[in-house]
Amino acid sequence: MYLNTIALSPERLQRFQEIASTSIGPLIEGAIKYTIPLAIIAFSIGLIIAIFTALARISSNKFLRAIARIYVSIIRGTPLLVQLFIIFYGLPTIGITIDPFPSAVIGFSLNVGAYASEIIRAAILSIPKGQWEAAYSIGMNYSQALRKIVLPQAARVSVPPLSNSFIGLVKDTSLAATILVAETFRRAQEIASMNYEFLFVYVMAALVYWVICFILSIIQGRIEIRLDRVVGKTGGLS
Amino acid sequence: MISIQGLKKSFGSQEVIKNVDLEIEQGKVVVIIGPSGSGKSTLLRCLNVLETPNGGVLSIDGQKLDFNSAVSKKSISAFRRLTGMVFQGYNLFPHLTTTGNVTEGLTTVKGLSHKEAVKKAELLLDKVGLADHKDKYPFQLSGGQQQRVAIARALAMDPKVMLFDEPTSALDPELVGEVLRVMKDLAHEGMTMAVVTHEMRFAKEVADEVIFIDEGVIVERGAPAEIFNHPKHERTKKFLSLLQV
Ligand SMILES: Nc1ncnc2c1ncn2[C@@H]1O[C@H](COP(=O)(O)OP(=O)(O)O)[C@@H](O)[C@H]1O
Ligand SMILES: [Mg+2]
Repeated sequence: MYLNTIALSPERLQRFQEIASTSIGPLIEGAIKYTIPLAIIAFSIGLIIAIFTALARISSNKFLRAIARIYVSIIRGTPLLVQLFIIFYGLPTIGITIDPFPSAVIGFSLNVGAYASEIIRAAILSIPKGQWEAAYSIGMNYSQALRKIVLPQAARVSVPPLSNSFIGLVKDTSLAATILVAETFRRAQEIASMNYEFLFVYVMAALVYWVICFILSIIQGRIEIRLDRVVGKTGGLS
Repeated sequence: MISIQGLKKSFGSQEVIKNVDLEIEQGKVVVIIGPSGSGKSTLLRCLNVLETPNGGVLSIDGQKLDFNSAVSKKSISAFRRLTGMVFQGYNLFPHLTTTGNVTEGLTTVKGLSHKEAVKKAELLLDKVGLADHKDKYPFQLSGGQQQRVAIARALAMDPKVMLFDEPTSALDPELVGEVLRVMKDLAHEGMTMAVVTHEMRFAKEVADEVIFIDEGVIVERGAPAEIFNHPKHERTKKFLSLLQV
């Protein structure tokens, strides 16, 4: 009897088809309205945070270095889920109430900021000292050398790891479901809780993420080929 | 033009430049020779303050930096603009074209418009024989061509003095000549130059004075013929005999 209900009878397959056609719309809508915008906005803000954090970490100012290190350590040393709960469920208890989507943007931006700062820091440090010296020797100051000479080269070095981070971020945004953002995974939870077809609905949600990440990885490949062409495989000089 | 008085530089406890005094007159070419590790690069790098001296007074074209007291960042970058530096490893900016390498300082530091900068870059690239390569990236150029771009890049800033740190020692032998030729032209135009090099022919033909440095002190200085043919000090003799083999 029990076995029968989970078997894939013709009627069940028929039911899957109906569920697929009625739920694919909401799932894609969740992706377009929330998952993708959340990823893009959080990544953009996160990158800006990351650049400043990376600069603080390599600066000669002890105070700046310490602040940056503490920030990175806290974000990397605590679960993203817990951070989101603190922002969305925790802050209201001290009178700071933030809507689900902005809460998610804050949480994910802070995360990208910390993780990407390590990537950018490593990229800046990978630029040979001779590049700084050449920049100084034609009269540039620190900020000119950084903006015109070092960061453009560091950006190229960091494209592959940063695009991996972005793809990771797209998947991580599913955690926003827990703070009521109506993104892809939350839609799936809602649909499944009505029809109880958990396996089928969650696999559909997984497919939506997979398609997005697949497209992103193709774009990533293109960008990398393009960068290689512009600067040459070897890039920097000894 | 250049005056160095009591220059001192240490790395940790290691004294690399020990109380060096040196004058270079306007339009003169000084070639600096000496064993590896004797402090030649450090001396040049102190002159454009890529290394901060621990003491001494530098003066170029009337501008003075006194390292016996505190020196501001601002005065260092003003002072640095008096010199152009050519590195052994070229250090071209790999993300910029040949023209971009030359114009970057003009637009960013001197505030020229893009158009003016490109015009000036074209003149300079023509001068170093690279007019046909202005849109190439460094990785598309030979070492000799890259080093000539580096010379043009330094010249673009209108330095009073050009500093060359072993500009040809990273080059394949057949490419050395084209770089030396550009340097010779510069010397003939009256550029004041300090050149660390072991190209003896260049030194004999172009240098007004040769300076032999060992262990951070100037051991001997004089006209090229004098130093090469009649070195007075044992250390100079020994060094030159090693070069000849
Ligand atoms: N940035 C540095 N830190 C520590 N030691 C250095 C540094 N630069 C040079 N030195 C040391 O100073 C000495 C002189 O170096 P350098 O001026 O490069 O010699 P040269 O150019 O004559 O070969 C060497 O012993 C070298 O190891
Ligand atoms: Mg050297």
